[in-house]
Amino acid sequence: MTQDPEPHLNQVSSKKHTFSEWIEKRFPVFSTFRREYIQFPMPRNLNIWWAFGAVLCVTLLLMLATGIFLALSYTPSAEEAFASIEMIERRVPSGWLLRSLHMAGSNLFLVFLYLHLFRGLYYGSYKNPRELVWLSGLLLMLMVMMTAFAGYILPWGQMSYWAANVVIQAISSIPFIGEGLAHWLMGGSSPSDLTLHRYFVLHFAMAFFIIAVVFIHVICVHVVKSNNPKGIEPKTKEETLPFYPYYVAKDGVVIVGAIILLVLLAFFFPDLLTNSENYTPANPLETPANIAPEWYFLPFYGILQLIPYKFLGLLLSVGSIMVLFAVPWLDRSPIKSANYRPLYRIALFLLVLSFVMLGIVGKYHSHTGLIWLGRLALFYYYAHFLLILPFSARFELKRTLPTSLLDEKGHK
Amino acid sequence: MTDNPSTPTPVIPPSQNRRSFLQLLTASSVTVGGVVVACPFLNSLSSQNTTLEQNFVDIDISSLKAGQQITVTWQGHPVFILNRPTEALQALQDASLITRLRDPDSKELQQPSYTQNWHRSIRPETVVLIGSCTHLGCVPTLKLGAKLGSFYNCACHGSRFDLAGRVYKSMPAPYNLPIPPYTYLKPNIIRIGENPKGQNFDFTQIKQI
Repeated sequence: MTQDPEPHLNQVSSKKHTFSEWIEKRFPVFSTFRREYIQFPMPRNLNIWWAFGAVLCVTLLLMLATGIFLALSYTPSAEEAFASIEMIERRVPSGWLLRSLHMAGSNLFLVFLYLHLFRGLYYGSYKNPRELVWLSGLLLMLMVMMTAFAGYILPWGQMSYWAANVVIQAISSIPFIGEGLAHWLMGGSSPSDLTLHRYFVLHFAMAFFIIAVVFIHVICVHVVKSNNPKGIEPKTKEETLPFYPYYVAKDGVVIVGAIILLVLLAFFFPDLLTNSENYTPANPLETPANIAPEWYFLPFYGILQLIPYKFLGLLLSVGSIMVLFAVPWLDRSPIKSANYRPLYRIALFLLVLSFVMLGIVGKYHSHTGLIWLGRLALFYYYAHFLLILPFSARFELKRTLPTSLLDEKGHK
Repeated sequence: MTDNPSTPTPVIPPSQNRRSFLQLLTASSVTVGGVVVACPFLNSLSSQNTTLEQNFVDIDISSLKAGQQITVTWQGHPVFILNRPTEALQALQDASLITRLRDPDSKELQQPSYTQNWHRSIRPETVVLIGSCTHLGCVPTLKLGAKLGSFYNCACHGSRFDLAGRVYKSMPAPYNLPIPPYTYLKPNIIRIGENPKGQNFDFTQIKQI
């Protein structure tokens, strides 16, 4: 398995011309696949956190497949969208299954994405030389969020309609360009047939752009190689394992686990992650009493509510994602893994806590006692990135990093 | 993916057999799983539950004068109802016309048995035809002329049918125009989609729509 990959390629003529060789000479897909997915050297000490990239790829394929088949039965017009969703649920054979897989899949997509992102933050996977992996990943996250938002509008239920209305109205608070931009995104002054058409096309087209950026993201990882829990680069061959069969098997186990989670959600708890209000057709004359976004947007929704100035709220809400783009340059510590950064580890734990706190604020906004807790969380969220990341390296106790990915006993 | 043939065959350790078996097992379960997962996807493309769709249409033909035709929809097909004038009926029996037809006696199963006659209808003057060319499904147009000058012409590839829907020889269309099951509820009301009492024609059994 570790022989010279393609010795025959250098020969002037080979006696046996197989079909794969003919293709290989013109389009080296076989050697590339072998190099990048069979022999590809992975650090030998990866834990389960490194499986979520593969899980996300599978989830994306699931979303794409179910999405295309749902689109075949869906009608993106204000008149018929709600009825066509009901038709998918009741009359299209297996339509209920495709839709619940798509809905459960969208929630799990965001679960895995947040876990994947946390892995990057904890183990310093954004540091030199992996900055582009980090940036392309964040771009993907923004695209997925945009797609999820657009997809949520498509059933044209009450929550769909009011989510579209509130978010686009929020955009109108941007000085100078806001009004025009909101009008442009909405296709009018309130959500209409035009809005629905636009978000359907956005939702559908974005899926394919996401695939393109996934390619960029994966190529970046394959150029700089994976980070690992120790945060040091493998120097010898003994510190790595070939991707096949070691990580194919390991990723495979986590993928199977993810599929079990998916079907549990789709079959046994289809209502857990959906809002019953969205099974009422859109009504422009009546806003639902309890309007809250999907759970994955709650922290950002929480920030919007904490700030009594419309535009500042929007700025801090969007900024909470944008600040992540600067993380490779805000973090001044040369140590990658938080396992060797005791201060940073506590700080990161507090960051997760404040993110959850902001989500709670988003969910229970009417509770005034939460406001100051929420503002504290918001302050910490920004302080973590703008103060702790740049300056903590100075105060962090000197820790000796391991020199090899092999454990102390020198196990192979 | 194949090993280079020039390298000497390595001695296969016992674990290699086990690995091959596991690989085979994994590959086959992935294949079976993939096929199972594909089922609901393909299933969603199959035709939907049509119980709510109307299986028959009632048409009042009292205002249909000689030489007039109306087109109605039945199960998604255009259906022509034509009131043939007397001279057109006579033309259907013209020997020179019959020699030019592919299936003048309607031997192919393209119609219910109760319309397998020289006028291909229950009542001689009123004919009911599925207006879908048996070549590639375009809708033929009625051309009315004197005597043998009346026919259905298909704009797509020039197939020609007489006023009983019988196809002319050496035309791309292979069969006569299909006739749906129909019956007279009242002297002037036709129900398309239902056989007369005592008949059990099944439209799905015809040669070609």
